[in-house]
Amino acid sequence: MTRSNPKSLTLRGMADGLPFVLVIGPFGLLFGVVATEAGLNLAETMGMTVLVIAGAAQFAALQQMVADTPIVMILATALAVNLRMAMYSASLTPWLGKAPLWKRAAVAYLMVDQVYMLAHLKYERDPGLSLADRLRYYFGTMIPIGPAWYAATFTGALVGQAIPPEFALDFAVPITFLAMIAPMMKTLAHLAAAATSVLAALAFAGLPYGTGLLVAAAAAMAVGSGVEVAMEKRRAA
Amino acid sequence: MTLTTSEIWTVIAGLGLGTFLIRFSFLGLVGDRPLPGWLLRLLRYTPVAVLPGLVAPLVLWPQATGGAPDPARLTAAVATVGIGLATRNMLLAIVGGALTLYAMLWLLG
Repeated sequence: MTRSNPKSLTLRGMADGLPFVLVIGPFGLLFGVVATEAGLNLAETMGMTVLVIAGAAQFAALQQMVADTPIVMILATALAVNLRMAMYSASLTPWLGKAPLWKRAAVAYLMVDQVYMLAHLKYERDPGLSLADRLRYYFGTMIPIGPAWYAATFTGALVGQAIPPEFALDFAVPITFLAMIAPMMKTLAHLAAAATSVLAALAFAGLPYGTGLLVAAAAAMAVGSGVEVAMEKRRAA
Repeated sequence: MTLTTSEIWTVIAGLGLGTFLIRFSFLGLVGDRPLPGWLLRLLRYTPVAVLPGLVAPLVLWPQATGGAPDPARLTAAVATVGIGLATRNMLLAIVGGALTLYAMLWLLG
């Protein structure tokens, strides 16, 4: 094994993060366009993108804002989408928990799906990496991904102002959500959770203030994990 | 939307702060502690539990048609899911769904 110089892990992270620009770019572009069409100005669109950096939750918030849902319910729905990141945070803690507080705060701010996946994979493959190298790799992955997200949203917001209404952009949000959801159907449990979510959300659509969606989400989480447990039991039997 | 500027910024700030706290939760606040299996399992299903329920009424009762089911949008939705399931590629699904929508809107004029 060759001794790594301090910069190499940053470069390694950058190289591993680079391909994701192809996904993040169009996704950010679309968010910028849709946010502008929904009525957010450039500062509001960029404020959300920079402060939140979580595409799915941003689209969810946007949808609820357009539907004139009360603020508390907008936040509850969009934050529910991000709850998975608590799991990311827990799974990175054994690897990065000893870093200084401000670095852990920076890690938290930048914790997007792609960075988490890359970093977690790297740490499991190279358990001998020093804490400093782990952080270099983590921040390295975000060097292409972060700016791509900001720049794409910015471009999308500018483009969105120029797109006429007959382009049926009302349906950009549903199409984006459906395209995000389909690849998530990895197991029967995921499928069961999604089906429960759809049926319960439609059944409870009449409940006030968007509470029906939260009821549906809670039911779907329970069904998903219930099916997972049942499948494991069957496999073990 | 009817939200005022200050309400919009309240949503943005709340979402930013809330998301940060979720991400910071274990790394900065709880520390290295084993999580109970049932909790990890529930967290694993949050996106797949929220997003389908969010999108279902938008597909069946689109705002653009005043809530009436619309063949062009329904077809586009089915195409998006089909392409997404077949290719596991989000961008291909978006492009395919958008093309289907425009083709259907043009055909049904």
